[in-house]
Amino acid sequence: MINQIYRLVSAKQIEITYKEQSLQSDSIVVRPTHLSICAADQRYYTGTRGKEAMAKKLPMSLIHEGIGKVVYDPKGEFKPGTQVVMIPNTPTQVDDVIAENYLRTSKFRSSGFDGFMQDYVFLDRDRVVQLFEGINPHVAAFMELISVSMHAIVRFEERSHKRRSSFGIWGDGNLGFITSLILKKRYPESKVYVFGKNHPKLNYFSFVDEVYQIDEIPPTVQFDHAFECVGGQGSQYAVEQIIDYIHPEGAIALLGVSEYPVEVNTRMVLEKGLTLIGSSRSGRVDFVETVNFLDQHRDVVDYLETLIGQVSEVKNITDIQDAFERDLTSNWGKTVMEWKI
Amino acid sequence: MIYAEILAGGKGTRMGNVSMPKQFLTLNNRPVIIHTIEKFLLNENFVKIIVVSPKEWIQHTRDIIKKHIGVEDRVVVVEGGSDRNESIMSGIGYIEKNYGINDDDVIITHDAVRPFLTHRIIEENIEAALKYGAVDTVIEAVDTIIQSNDGEAISDIPVRNTMYQGQTPQSFNIKKLTNHYNELSDEQKAILTDACKICLLKGDKVKIVKGEVFNIKITTPYDLKVANALLKEQVAK
Repeated sequence: MINQIYRLVSAKQIEITYKEQSLQSDSIVVRPTHLSICAADQRYYTGTRGKEAMAKKLPMSLIHEGIGKVVYDPKGEFKPGTQVVMIPNTPTQVDDVIAENYLRTSKFRSSGFDGFMQDYVFLDRDRVVQLFEGINPHVAAFMELISVSMHAIVRFEERSHKRRSSFGIWGDGNLGFITSLILKKRYPESKVYVFGKNHPKLNYFSFVDEVYQIDEIPPTVQFDHAFECVGGQGSQYAVEQIIDYIHPEGAIALLGVSEYPVEVNTRMVLEKGLTLIGSSRSGRVDFVETVNFLDQHRDVVDYLETLIGQVSEVKNITDIQDAFERDLTSNWGKTVMEWKI
Repeated sequence: MIYAEILAGGKGTRMGNVSMPKQFLTLNNRPVIIHTIEKFLLNENFVKIIVVSPKEWIQHTRDIIKKHIGVEDRVVVVEGGSDRNESIMSGIGYIEKNYGINDDDVIITHDAVRPFLTHRIIEENIEAALKYGAVDTVIEAVDTIIQSNDGEAISDIPVRNTMYQGQTPQSFNIKKLTNHYNELSDEQKAILTDACKICLLKGDKVKIVKGEVFNIKITTPYDLKVANALLKEQVAK
């Protein structure tokens, strides 16, 4: 079969390439139906990723958040039409200790190789997880992002002390929203405080115990553990504030990606005996955990629906470009492409 | 029900010295027709994918399907007719004989030698066939179209922005097409080489689906070069 792959060739320029792929392989073939744009995709799309990275990685198909339906399974385990979420991390080895998303040999869609902007995506058997009936596809489209949050929380649970009566979450964006939402659901008795820069965004966090503007934090605020979901240049200020307000021996989960080196007040990390937990991406176990979690807590899906920013129908390359451009000007939520190309 | 029909009736007379029918020429080591069939296999809407082939090439077609795709119940190879429309009717005959024809059954017919078609084109054909009963896939004409009745001098230059070039798939409500076709005289059948035109002459609205410039028909050595070039362009990732 000749597959169409929609690749970014230079900033804001997307072209079709054609790739011959055979059904006589072990791969499961998925037709993407809903794709969601991530900030990392935007950095490639706009060219802000930097000349060197652009030259090294392009041409490449973008998008690593998406769902689709199985159209071909050589083993017949998945019936055609089965709705699945696609896992972008693609390990090439197994390790008993190191999780698949930390193995240096793993490949990642729309970073090391082609993402989901294709007519059909060929995936290894364990790179799809079946979705449950009735899930909102616009929410499921950004399941990968939810799984990143889930991964960080599970990782935090394995590495932090057991007193979890309060959490501080820095960041009023998508990741902050999802992380605080999952935490509140997993720890209904605990206090969840969210710290952000934008009052209008903080208004969306109706399910948490308190929201604070980062320049108006009362000196009495304290919490056991923290999640940094800021990223970029803001990471440094977020980590600085967290270290100031967190209880001794607390754990700080770092989720925000920064292009810049971030200074950390190690003196206070030492004095307070803090634990910093790095967390990045997610693997199959996290997708399975996330899908099960949403299946059991349908009200969480309702909240996540408020995170759907723009929905764009995509039938051609101009529509893709429009979706990326609209996403750039969007203030809140995720941009989802209904993939009808 | 929704059927696909892959028209592989051509005997390759336009392909110069190559003796095999053009649908068997290879693109990346696999016959063109295999690429085309696979694209239809990936659409779960089709209950059957009927490949019509000249009688002498039926076994060969079955052999290469078995070799490159494997055992696939949804694909059948049947004998084609004397021309394009007769071949379409052969496929419909197979459906009638084996499954009967319901009022809302549609058929998506496609040239075996257009392997670059996309998921969207197939989906939109199905959607429009169910709704309108007759569908043609077209692209806007880029060059000015010139009409000449004698091949010597221009008889007309139609306004370009009303001109389109026909591709495939062409899709139909099966009953409607069959009825129209059966009403034609033998002389009319000989002239009306395009199935959409039959519907048009009978007063049906034929819906347009947007094709793609790259949905090319591989019928000349030049086309094959272009197709190979398109595939080679992709960077290994």
